[in-house]
Amino acid sequence: MERVPILKIGAVLLVSIQVDMQDQMALQLQEDLGQRIVDTGCKGVIIDITGLDIVDSFVGRTLSTIASISRVLDAETIVVGMRPAVAITLVELGLSLNGIRTALNVERGLELLARNAEPDTLDDLDLIGGPEATSS
Amino acid sequence: MTGSEGSDPQVQAIGSDADVVRVRQLVRTAAVAAKLSLVDQTKVVTAASELARNTLVYGGGGEAVVSTVDNGVRRGVRVVLSDSGPGIADLDLALTDGYTSGGGLGLGLSGARRLVDEFELDTAVGSGTTVAVVKWAR
Repeated sequence: MERVPILKIGAVLLVSIQVDMQDQMALQLQEDLGQRIVDTGCKGVIIDITGLDIVDSFVGRTLSTIASISRVLDAETIVVGMRPAVAITLVELGLSLNGIRTALNVERGLELLARNAEPDTLDDLDLIGGPEATSS
Repeated sequence: MTGSEGSDPQVQAIGSDADVVRVRQLVRTAAVAAKLSLVDQTKVVTAASELARNTLVYGGGGEAVVSTVDNGVRRGVRVVLSDSGPGIADLDLALTDGYTSGGGLGLGLSGARRLVDEFELDTAVGSGTTVAVVKWAR
């Protein structure tokens, strides 16, 4: 079975879901990601769902479970890139994505992780190259 | 259900996770052909995904029939899912938000009903369940 690749970028694990996932594939991702968090000690996980044209209750539940597992393993999960039509459908379906932090895109997700990171890991996360704060 | 068939129905057997993905793809294609908006396409594909998973998990497998329909004013997409599983003993309970008999979130049936315009469910204990849904173009 096809697997969703997990990339390590600095202190962040990046998962970009690009295919219409079978249920088994989503469960496999859940296991793989837990293992990678432990192996790498990464404190942040970004799941990019730009490529998903639907999120049904199964995928939604899997995302919630991944966020919970990550938290227990001392990593924060941020889901980014949700399409507006997917957000509208999720809300109407009744899915609240409890415990999941979201951001509009990968860049914002990295910013969010950097802001929440401890000072000592901040350098590792400083790869977003966002606008420098300029004081007037 | 209103409306006449606007296209040859596509039949997809449901016996595995991969078949649920195929049902989603068939429904997406039909929804595009019926000129549903992107949001409505997303809603009907999501509803079909929930119902196809129910067919697989609770019905022990079955089939989906996907077609476009036309009521003279609007076009739409119809999805009929049927199984020969155990049936649903308490339909009101099964349609309640949050109720699940299988460890899910309990949103499949009730959530799918909210996402479509027409929803018909026939079930008999011991002989199976058929769910027919229609989503119309606005």
